[in-house]
This record gives sequence, C-alpha cells and structure tokens, in this order.
Amino acid sequence: MTQAWSGLNSRALDALVLVTLTVAIWQGLYEYAGEAAITSPLATLGYASSLVKTSSFWTHAEATLAAFAYALAISIVLGVVFGLILGFRRFAGDVAEPILVALYTIPKVTLYPLILLIFGLGVSAKVAFGVIHGVIPIILFTLNAVKNINPVLIRTSRVMRLSPWQTVSTVLTPAVMPELITGMRVGFSLTMLGVLIGEMFASQRGLGFLIINGINMHNVPMTMAVILIVVLFAIAANGLLLAFDKRMHRT
Amino acid sequence: MTRNAAISLTRIAVIVGGIALLEVLCRRHIINPLTLIPPSEMATSLWHLFGSQKIWDDIAQTFSTVAFSFVLSVAAGFALGALIHALPRVRRAVDPLLASYYSIPFFVFYPLLIALFGLNTVPLIVIGFIFATAAMVISTLNGLDRVPRVMTKTSRILRLSPTRAIWSVTLPAAAPYLFTGLKLALAYSFIGVIAGEFILSGGGLGYSIAYAYNDFDNQTMYALMMFVLVIAVAMNGALHVWEQRMLKKRARA
Amino acid sequence: MNVVARLTDVSRVYPPRAGHAAVHALGPLSLELRDGEFFSVVGPSGCGKSTLLDVLAGLSAPSEGTIEFEGKPVAGVVPDGVGVVFQEDASFPWLTVEDNVAFGLRRLGMDGAEIKRRVDFAVGFMGLNDFRRAYPSQLSGGMRQRVCIARTLVLQPRLILLDEPFGALDQQTRLLMGDELLRLWRETGATILLITHALDEAAMLSDRVGVMSARPGRFIDIITTGWARERDSAIVADPAFGAVTARLWSLLRSESLKAIGAKGA
Repeated sequence: MTQAWSGLNSRALDALVLVTLTVAIWQGLYEYAGEAAITSPLATLGYASSLVKTSSFWTHAEATLAAFAYALAISIVLGVVFGLILGFRRFAGDVAEPILVALYTIPKVTLYPLILLIFGLGVSAKVAFGVIHGVIPIILFTLNAVKNINPVLIRTSRVMRLSPWQTVSTVLTPAVMPELITGMRVGFSLTMLGVLIGEMFASQRGLGFLIINGINMHNVPMTMAVILIVVLFAIAANGLLLAFDKRMHRT
Repeated sequence: MTRNAAISLTRIAVIVGGIALLEVLCRRHIINPLTLIPPSEMATSLWHLFGSQKIWDDIAQTFSTVAFSFVLSVAAGFALGALIHALPRVRRAVDPLLASYYSIPFFVFYPLLIALFGLNTVPLIVIGFIFATAAMVISTLNGLDRVPRVMTKTSRILRLSPTRAIWSVTLPAAAPYLFTGLKLALAYSFIGVIAGEFILSGGGLGYSIAYAYNDFDNQTMYALMMFVLVIAVAMNGALHVWEQRMLKKRARA
Repeated sequence: MNVVARLTDVSRVYPPRAGHAAVHALGPLSLELRDGEFFSVVGPSGCGKSTLLDVLAGLSAPSEGTIEFEGKPVAGVVPDGVGVVFQEDASFPWLTVEDNVAFGLRRLGMDGAEIKRRVDFAVGFMGLNDFRRAYPSQLSGGMRQRVCIARTLVLQPRLILLDEPFGALDQQTRLLMGDELLRLWRETGATILLITHALDEAAMLSDRVGVMSARPGRFIDIITTGWARERDSAIVADPAFGAVTARLWSLLRSESLKAIGAKGA
C-alpha cells in the first residue's frame, strides 16, 4: 500500500514541479515582454475567473461545445464504420491505408477554403473542419485494430461453434475495443482542434472566435484567459480519456 | 500478378479515377464552378502562376520558414530527447506530459505569439517549432529505448570509448526511429507554418490562399491549394518510403 | 475397439494464389483413432501436422477424401464434441481466468449451477484456483495454456486435439504439463490427438505415435508403445522408452533432412 502511495505522491510532485516551471516561464515572459504583449499568470487567472461568470462567455462556450459534440459524433461514427469495413476487407484496407496516412499528414488547413465554399460560414463549416481533423485517425486506429485481431481468437470461436453474431459480439468486439478507444481519444483532441481553428477565422461565435477577436481588439487579457480555459479543458478531458484508455489496455 | 502489384495498381486507379471523376463533374457543372474548378484548370492556372514572380516569393518565404522551424525542432528535439533519456527521474516526470502533448490545441497560442513577436515569420517558426519538437523528442526517446541491451553490452565488451560507442553503435541502432522523428518534424513544421500563414500572416503560400479566397479568385486559390497538397504528399511520401526501407532492413522479431 | 474418428485418403491442397503455385500440404493419408486412446503425431517441420489437425477438427475442408467423427461426416464445420488447444495463447485477454473458462458454457445457455460446478472442477483440476480472478496478462505462458485447456475441458469434449500446446515452454515445465495431460486423459476418458515435434514427449505420453513424412505429409509408420494406462513422466526410466524414441528418430531423420533440403539453399 505504501508503495502505491509513494508512487502517487511522486507523480503529484512531478505535476506540481511542471506547473510551477510553466508559471515561472510565463511570469518571466511577462516581465520581458510587457503588459501590451501578454498578461501575467495571476492577472490571467483573475480575468478568467471573472469571465466564466459572464453569460456572454457561456454563449460562446456553448457554441463551441455544440459544434464539437456534433463533429465528434460524426467523426466516431464515420471513423469506426469505415475503419471496420477497411479492416475486414483486407484488400480495400491495404489499398486505402497509405492514402489515409497521406491525408493525415497534409496541412488540412489547405482544404478550408473548399469547406467554406461548400458549407458557407457558420456551424456546419465548423463541424466539417472538426470532422476532417478527427475522422482519419479514428479510421486508421480502427482499421489497425481489426487487422491486428489475433487469428487464434477466430479459430477458437469456430472450435466453440459460435454463431457469426456471437463471434462478433463476444469475441471480436472486446478484442478491438482497446485500440478503438485509443483512436477515439486521439480523434477527440484533433476534432476539438479542428473546431477551434475553424472558429478562429470562419465564425462570429465560439471560443476560437473570442481568442482571435481579443487580438484584433487589442484585448490581450481576454485572449489569454480564453486560451487558458481551453488548454485546461483539453488537458483535463485528455487526462480522463487517458485513464479510461489505460484501463481498457490493462489486459 | 503479385498481390502487392495488384494493390499498388488499384490504388493508382482509385486516385486517378477520383481525379477524373472530379474533372467530369466540374466540367459538366454538376459541381458549381463557383465552388470548385476542374483539376485541369487548377493545373493550368498553377502553370501560369509559375510565370509570375509572386508565387516564387511565396514559396521562398514558406519554405524558408518551414526550414527554420524544421532545423530548430530537430536539433532541440534530439538534444532534449537525449537529455531526458539520460535522466530517468526527469523522464518519469515528463512522460505524462509527452503522452498528452498533442491533445493540447497549440494553435490557440498563435494569436498570442503574434502579440508577442509581431506579424512576421517569427510566430510561424515558433508554432511550427512547438508542434514539431515534441514529435522529435518522442522519436528520440523511442529510438534510444530500442537500442537493444545486448548491443550496449557488446560495445562495452569491445571496450569502446563512450564517443565511439555512441557514434558507431547507439546512433546507428536508433537511426530508423530518429528518422521517423525527422519525418514527423518536417510534416508538423509544414502544417504549423501553412496553417499559421492561412489564419493570420503577411506572406507565404498559406496567406496567398486566404487572400485569393477573400478575393473570390478561385483560379489562383485552387492552383495554390493543389500545389501545397502535391508538395506535402510528395515530401511526406518520399520520406515515408525511405523510412519504411530503413525499418524493414532493421526489422527484429 | 471403437473407432471414434476416421480419416480416409484425406488430402489437402491449397489452391494457387497470386504469385504462388498450388501447395500440396497433406496426404493422401488415412487414420483410425480408437476410442479413448492417446495418439501423438510427429513429423518434420512443414509436413502438414497442423493441416491434419485443421481438417480433422472441421476447421478446413479436405480437397480429397472423407473424415468421420463418431460415425458422422465432417467437412469444414466443427462438430459437437471436439475440443482444440492451439499452439498460441488463445485466452481472451479481456476476461478473467474464471470468465475465460466459463465462456463456452455461458453461450450455451446452461443452467448457472451446472456452469459453476463444471468451472469449479476444471479450474481446480488445472491448478488455477488461486488465479480465478486474475487476467491472462498477469499469468505466465504455462498458466495461460492451462486456462485454454480448462476452457476446453468444461465443454467435456470426446475428442481433444492439441497442436504443440507446450511448444513455447521450457523443458521442465513441458514434462510437468505432460503429466497433467495424462491425468486429464485418464480423468475424462476422452480420445487425445497430440501434435508435437518433441520425440521424447510423443514417446512417453502416447499409446500410439504416427510418424509423418516430409511434405506432403503421409504416415510412414504408426508405432504402438504398449504403455499401461497409469503412466507418467517417470516412464523415461523404462528401457523401452529409449527404444521407442530411437525408432522414431531413425524414421524421422531422413524425412527431416528432406524437409530442410526441400526448403532450398
């Protein structure tokens, strides 16, 4: 028991050190660059806490969250479905995988004008940005999860005379779950990034808009406060998903 | 025909077929010409752009920015990676950070960087650097991890000096993974810079695409978009093929 | 003497595929498995031992010939009453040992009390009582194989096929597992077909040993050991054991050379 505790303690200590270091660097930058460029950690925290009490902040936050939720749902459904198809149809998967990997590494921002022209400015464009960022890793992870199903599991299902449905539901699904969850975790972060970037130049609402708007209005404290909130949310969400991911991978 | 040949041919057919389909749909105005122009027009438009000076200035600016970001991130990434690898306590502290690194939407820092450094290429280099360095650190750690213990023992039995050992054993053993880091660093630098130029910048290919979009100049816009796409695919593709060759030669069971 | 399974002139040819010629993997061979016997199959690598198991279990259909299990034909479908233990670890990583063992019974919709009885027996028999709640990833290779064997055991198969189940284990563990297998055999009264590349293992465990030729595999000879039913690894002290092993090797030596030669320079 004490070993587990000291492990937890040292991790907590590490986190504390990292946070302190970050804040110190931040403060240093502030001293160097001055009020006009960035705000100090303390001031940002103050601004952020008052910001979250305003209703206008929440209007924007809800816009972002709504777009993000849609984009994530679409990414997951499309990603898993296509990943499964390409995973089970081996030939199609082998043909498609390099194409998908290539799409993954191109600057997706290059496609933004096309998205805007198709969807116009507004929520659907934001959702589309989110989807093009998030769907590809989910497809790739799902595809690989299926490809990596240990063949002995399928032979075992046949020896146990399981029906096709039983094989899928009691053997194949649990077998691919851990990889699927990892894919969704990566997709989560990337979808969020896509939605935020979309808001940064193609929307009048949302947290991404607030960030860019702050700069345009020379309101640096607001920009920094929103960035802080977004980054903290991202870290917290990812932390939860990572813990879940690890649990699924305990086997 | 072998399976691999069949796969490659099908892939080429799919890509060519897709482009051809796009061409037909655009020419027949099934796709609104205000939304998308046919690929052939994109190509000819690009060809004409090559005649003007503007695109070459953009290319020079974007590529030099990417180059800066790439070189800095590879150097810093490798140095940091090697350092962290040598200090296990530090590594334990930093590992969770590295695992969650890419979940942070670093792009939101971009406006801030502009406030700090002004509307020039520095924020772009910094954004590319932030994106790319972590990938290089992770790849370096991975590569150094994968130097098999038995090789390290061998260099000690051969009584190699530390420098010789690193140069002749450690680095060659880690090379394929370091190369992966290079590949990722380049891809991420490129993505970071182009995206930054697109959102807010004074020059470069990304900026010109955004400018053409705002100007309703589909010809120029799509020509540039196609150019960036082709360059990205070619660059990443070439490095990927090279990397796979390296990994195959070194494959261990 | 009851015949529980019969292969008659069975042949398995893998059809030509892109870039490869057809592969004649097995046969033609014939075999009669007697009810309740322990039969081992030995042969050089690549001779088709695993293909033999696949075909007998109904995992793949023969290109020629017929297979019968308990008087009924088998072709491409696994019949009821056959259990298989594979070479690789086939335990489900997402289930505990207990749930792994109970898996086959649960999906049959068996009564809960009966499931518990059978699982308790199998887990106890295979010495897994202390690990019921553990996950396979927490166990050694040998323990995981025991989980797979327990999982097969609960279904009370009449014919148990094992494909080099102890291949990944060290020699001492192999010998112990061999004794366990004999215990299982006596306790259940099932017919056992064991595929192994270890000649001493085949010699010490079996009633009969079938020696296969290099590919395409056929039976060169079937040797009867004549051991008593109550036996264990102590049989190595019996001089007849040495004779059996020597006989197996003399049959196999030339076939093994052929197999290496056949693989090309």
